[in-house]
Amino acid sequence: METLENSLMAGIAAAADEQAIEAMRVAALGKKGSVSELLKTLGSMSQEERQTRGPAINGLKVRITEALAARKAELKDGAIAARLAAETLDVTLPVRQSPAERGRIHPISQVIDEIAAIFGDLGFAIAKGPDIETDHYNFTALNFPEGHPAREMHDTFFFQPDDNGERKLLRTHTSPVQIRTMETQKPPIRIVIPGKTYRQDSDATHSPMFHQVEGLVIDKTANVANMKWVLSEFCKAFFEVPSVNMRFRPSFFPFTEPSLEVDIQCDRSRPGEVRFGEGSDWMEILGCGMVHPNVLRHGGLDPDEYQGFAWGMGIDRIAMLKYGMPDLRAFFDADVRWLQHYGFRPLDMPTLFGGLSA
Amino acid sequence: MKLTLSWLKEHLETDASLAEIVERLTSIGLEVEYVDDKSGLKPFVIAKVLTAVQHPDADRLRVLTVDTGDGKPVQVVCGAPNARAGLVGAFAAPGAYVPGIDVTLSVGKIRGVESFGMMCSERELELSDEHDGIIDLPADAPVGTSYASYAKLDDPVIDINLTPNRPDATSIFGIARDLAASGLGRLKDGTVAPVPGKGACPVKVTIDAPELCPGFALRLVRGVKNGHSPKWLQQRLIAIGLRPINALVDITNYITFDRGRPLHVFDASKVAGNLVVRRATAGEKVLALDGREYELSQEICVIADGNGVESIAGVMGGEHSGCDENTTDVLIESALWEPLNIARTGRELGIITDARYRFERGVDPEFMVPGVELATKMALDLCGGEPTETAVVGYGGHTPKVVAFPLSEVKRLTGIEVPRAESLDILKRLGFEAKGSGDVTDVAVPSWRPDIDGKADLVEEVMRIHGVDNIAPQPLGGHHAVNAKILTVLQVRTRAAKRALAVRGMMEAVTWSFIPAKHAELFGGGQAALKLANPIAADMSDMRPSLLPGLIAAAQRNADKGIGDVALFEVSGTYEGDAPDKQRRVAAGIRRGTARLEGSGRHWAGNAQNVGVFDAKADAIAALEAVGAPVDRLQVEAGAPGWYHPGRSGVIKLGPKTVLGHFGEFHPRTLESLDVSGPLSGFEVFVDAVPEPKAKPTRTKPKLDLSAFQRVTRDFAFVVDRSVEAGTLTKAALSADKKLISGVSVFDLFEGPSIGEGKKSIAIEVSIQPVERTLTDEDFEALAGRIVDNVKKQTGGVLRG
Repeated sequence: METLENSLMAGIAAAADEQAIEAMRVAALGKKGSVSELLKTLGSMSQEERQTRGPAINGLKVRITEALAARKAELKDGAIAARLAAETLDVTLPVRQSPAERGRIHPISQVIDEIAAIFGDLGFAIAKGPDIETDHYNFTALNFPEGHPAREMHDTFFFQPDDNGERKLLRTHTSPVQIRTMETQKPPIRIVIPGKTYRQDSDATHSPMFHQVEGLVIDKTANVANMKWVLSEFCKAFFEVPSVNMRFRPSFFPFTEPSLEVDIQCDRSRPGEVRFGEGSDWMEILGCGMVHPNVLRHGGLDPDEYQGFAWGMGIDRIAMLKYGMPDLRAFFDADVRWLQHYGFRPLDMPTLFGGLSA
Repeated sequence: MKLTLSWLKEHLETDASLAEIVERLTSIGLEVEYVDDKSGLKPFVIAKVLTAVQHPDADRLRVLTVDTGDGKPVQVVCGAPNARAGLVGAFAAPGAYVPGIDVTLSVGKIRGVESFGMMCSERELELSDEHDGIIDLPADAPVGTSYASYAKLDDPVIDINLTPNRPDATSIFGIARDLAASGLGRLKDGTVAPVPGKGACPVKVTIDAPELCPGFALRLVRGVKNGHSPKWLQQRLIAIGLRPINALVDITNYITFDRGRPLHVFDASKVAGNLVVRRATAGEKVLALDGREYELSQEICVIADGNGVESIAGVMGGEHSGCDENTTDVLIESALWEPLNIARTGRELGIITDARYRFERGVDPEFMVPGVELATKMALDLCGGEPTETAVVGYGGHTPKVVAFPLSEVKRLTGIEVPRAESLDILKRLGFEAKGSGDVTDVAVPSWRPDIDGKADLVEEVMRIHGVDNIAPQPLGGHHAVNAKILTVLQVRTRAAKRALAVRGMMEAVTWSFIPAKHAELFGGGQAALKLANPIAADMSDMRPSLLPGLIAAAQRNADKGIGDVALFEVSGTYEGDAPDKQRRVAAGIRRGTARLEGSGRHWAGNAQNVGVFDAKADAIAALEAVGAPVDRLQVEAGAPGWYHPGRSGVIKLGPKTVLGHFGEFHPRTLESLDVSGPLSGFEVFVDAVPEPKAKPTRTKPKLDLSAFQRVTRDFAFVVDRSVEAGTLTKAALSADKKLISGVSVFDLFEGPSIGEGKKSIAIEVSIQPVERTLTDEDFEALAGRIVDNVKKQTGGVLRG
């Protein structure tokens, strides 16, 4: 029996795969297996003989069973290890970038979203108007007298006169939407108007097409002091600094009276970088003023009952100031290297609760 | 508007420093754009040459000892021919920057002799082109003092960026008045005493165009001697950028800036007969003082005599009757011109002059006659002669505008309380006259402020002089609640489309609204109403009918820089007409090369394929989905516009009429006309055509019913004619049982000889979702039968054997 056990154990240990193990199991424990045959001999044994041989043969069966199971597990582990080794890949190989990381939002769209987030918080709505305007909305209703030199400052793009002699134009500012809004909405009015504007001008800081954001507040009390507050709150929020110094200078626009231009204090001593809230340079960023009584009248409002203020600033310009693009013309080139660098990730959504920019 | 500090001080008595004056000018609305404080001339001191001996090693050089005023003569090597002992000139010590030669001096050896500085020429100081010798001053020039202040060259120049509403500040006197009103000094008396004349002016003036000329004053001065004007006058003109001509012309330029009163002088000997102010006849020509000939129209006002046009009124004088050194009798003109007409004339003729600048803003009518008097006085002072009396024609005097001014307006519009007395005092200092003591004061507007129309203008005057900085910001009150949505549906959709396309790996471009006419025509535009009359460039002439040409051109520009795989999009306006409702809101995108959603270019795991119609279709549908279009109800069919590849493009519709977009590859002829190369595909989606959702009474989502029974799929392959569209087949399968079939997808397409000529096989997977009970084999068989029947009915297709 000892010889049998030794030979069986050697056979199990030598089994190289599951088939060999199964063959060994059949050879030992199968119906005609060597151990089964031994078990069968128990029936013809005497009581005493069975008492000694029984446990011995059963012990052999148990040991062989265990050895088979152990060898089987061993072989399975080996097979898994071999499979894992065979399946090993070079994980340093590059994967494709997510499209959501490759795409870009243009800085103009991003800044418009930033503006909407800030003014939304102040209770403003966003208004829009057409790019192709009439002389009435772009000039006359905004108190630009016919032939006045102030019209010339605007370098207007005109279309050919139509059959009625009316000459349409590309709006030179977003201010026509002031009138369009007053015509359709009763005060109180609080709107901002981002949009495309056009002037015949082209250099590093002027482009024949550019973007402006106009603001308009009309109620029965809005005054210069409120305007200063709104604009300084906006600048702080937009430039994401705790404080800004602003200089309000008396100026002239036909559609406001009094009119002011606003400079913002900044530090431009580091090349290619502007810091707000520090430094000694003044940078002009917007024009504003109390809505001219004639403009209120053109909008169908009584200037002795209603009053308000308006402002306009270049979206491209404040984008350049905040994010440091050196040349306005590149905004409209669609050079993907520029878009990749100055553009924004598609899921970077400006909010006040999460911060305007990352 | 330029002025010098000393010129300002002719009219303003003040101790304020240059910096204070500059800051105040800006804060009262006269924005200082630039200040040249002349500090560059500070290093140059007056020095006297004590000895001058020949340089030992150079024929043309001399070695000087120079007294620079500190008692220690210095040695200077000098090459100027006029360098001599006793000469007094301008000396620059080592360390000084000499602008004319762009060199900072150091101690140097010139041909072996040390030189401790330089004696300068006018050119080296950039004072003139004079370089024949060094500056040679009178012997009594004070050695050791600043040359610039001795020569009155240190007068700072201030350049004001003047707003178009302030004609009064086109005059240095007017600027002084504003500064004085702001408390920065005292305005000196600017009254001009009349100069008595003898006899009437022999040249008569007739005004035939009184609507363009509300007044004209003329005076003859006989026996003048017209030469160079004195140095002080020349220096002032040079300092503000004007070229001295001769005394009489310089006087007119001086008064133009000093008082904002443009004048004209005629050489009386060249004037034939009397003067008439009239409209030009069409085509009439005049040779102007700038040496150019201008062709005039009937809109233009001229001053003419027996010879014809002598002057373009208010804009530029004529060459023929101009004054020169031979002039002995001079006619001095001071007139009033209709501002808008002057502006138009200047614009039409393209002439920008100091006269036009002032007349188009509106000069002070009450200074028309004093202007002649002042010019006469200066002419007599500088050129001698004897004046006639002044003839004044057409001027009916000035009636001041009166504005009823409730002083409470200051508080109402600005938010700041300015005491009544202070408000009135500010107005008085600016020349306004207030009457009455009630709540509403009548304020008479001075003749030099045509810009003041109403009470808001007066508020501005009080505010700017009182100080804008004194207005403390006050929060804008109002909404004490959480904000509601502030964007309109179209605005929300525009944003959503941008983000959705960017998430698909595309970059947002902003391209020009105006494109070349040829591009516009290729994409269905080019109509006359959308052509600019004055484009900034020939290839920016037409309002775009589509975003595609701009994006395709942009892709090509990138390709030309070696970046051929680009995906660009834009969500913006296109123009179908010039009315507001003809401006569309469109989302468009293009992909070029291999710039596909999953990535571009070669990759170890599989190279990206060229972009094609299905990339564009996926983008278009993603954009539509993002803007809230009912994607499951969209119909896609062939028939995209002509700029697309007719066999690889489609139209996306909602119902039979509403076109929501197009997509596809482009027609080879389109690409050829645009001069671009592919592979390219693109789409346009009409964001504004997607119906707005109905307002819902609740935000609750519809109840979700989840079936308890297992979902199963069954595959079918049909052989159909090649022309049958997959969309028709899947729709047919789907409609076989709308309750049980939850989806149909195409998983294989096959064409080949085994199928038959002109045939193809479309394999679909049908998802079946039992709702009431588990389906039996009989149920499945019946359902499969219905699918096969329906497909056959709709497409003629048969189950592939």
